[in-house]
Amino acid sequence: MEGNIADLGQFIGAGLAAIGSGAAAIGVGHVAGNFLSGALRNPSAAASQTATLFIGIAFAEALGIFSFLVALLLMFAV
Amino acid sequence: MADPKQDASLTFYPMDQFIVHPLFGDGSITLSSWYIPTNVTLWLLLTVVAIIFLMVVTTSKRALIPTRGQSIAELTYGFVYKMIEDVAGREGIRYFPYIMTLFLFILVANFLGLIPMSFTTTSHIAVTAVLGFGVFFVVTILGFVKNGMAFLGLFWVAAAPLPLRPILAIIELISYFVRPVSHSIRLAGNMMAGHAVLKVFAGFAQVTAIAPIAILGVMAVYGLEVLVSAIQAYVFTILTCVYLKDALHPHH
Repeated sequence: MEGNIADLGQFIGAGLAAIGSGAAAIGVGHVAGNFLSGALRNPSAAASQTATLFIGIAFAEALGIFSFLVALLLMFAV
Repeated sequence: MADPKQDASLTFYPMDQFIVHPLFGDGSITLSSWYIPTNVTLWLLLTVVAIIFLMVVTTSKRALIPTRGQSIAELTYGFVYKMIEDVAGREGIRYFPYIMTLFLFILVANFLGLIPMSFTTTSHIAVTAVLGFGVFFVVTILGFVKNGMAFLGLFWVAAAPLPLRPILAIIELISYFVRPVSHSIRLAGNMMAGHAVLKVFAGFAQVTAIAPIAILGVMAVYGLEVLVSAIQAYVFTILTCVYLKDALHPHH
């Protein structure tokens, strides 16, 4: 177990940034779950709203991807 | 890139698959020529060739009972056509060629990247940023050409109470200029993350005890990646349609 303090900071920072992926997972699950509960109440209207579902998932997921990107930058680019 | 430890039992190089290198020569990049064929340009070329094969060669016979290739081409055409009609409205149909090109390019590039030992061109922000900023500039110019200065009504939310409007205008302005960034990073990030995860699972297969689980994991992640490839192409295109709708009808 040896190494310099900068590597330690990189790895801790990357791990902290990865928490954001979990937050994005909560967001995507929230979008999909609410869509499903709405779709089961009114199945006839569900098919027309799948585009909205994917847009919502994409927006929620993008922020998770940002945090993943920060983790990658810390690991490989800094 | 971090230095690999020689004595480590597990070695991962999940990012090595994204390294750009010239196809010819000793691998060093010389700036003497204006154009260097690399693995990126090779796979971009293959993407275009595959699209031409799908949309020109398979549909050239125009059979009444379509072959498999013609069915795929026709279904893709109809899918994108209906998506633009649903999201951007009838006026959006005029921009069908652009959106169809984007959809096919991203879809085929994503799928070609899933072939083992191939190169995923859409995993590079350099590639997706061109697509994302292209959409941004096209949509912004189109909005000003179609609506003139009324396009700025996009940032001035008339439905909100008057004291709130300047604050909303700032928020709308920021979210408008973040669009091309998130648009391109979403695609590149998804592709890069998926392929890196595949490589990490493949790295676990070095240990004999967990190799069967690791190989099953690679298979599962690969299936997920096929899904993600299609969904990200769909998401990129549908967001283009949404931005197009904003340009054609800037009032909320």
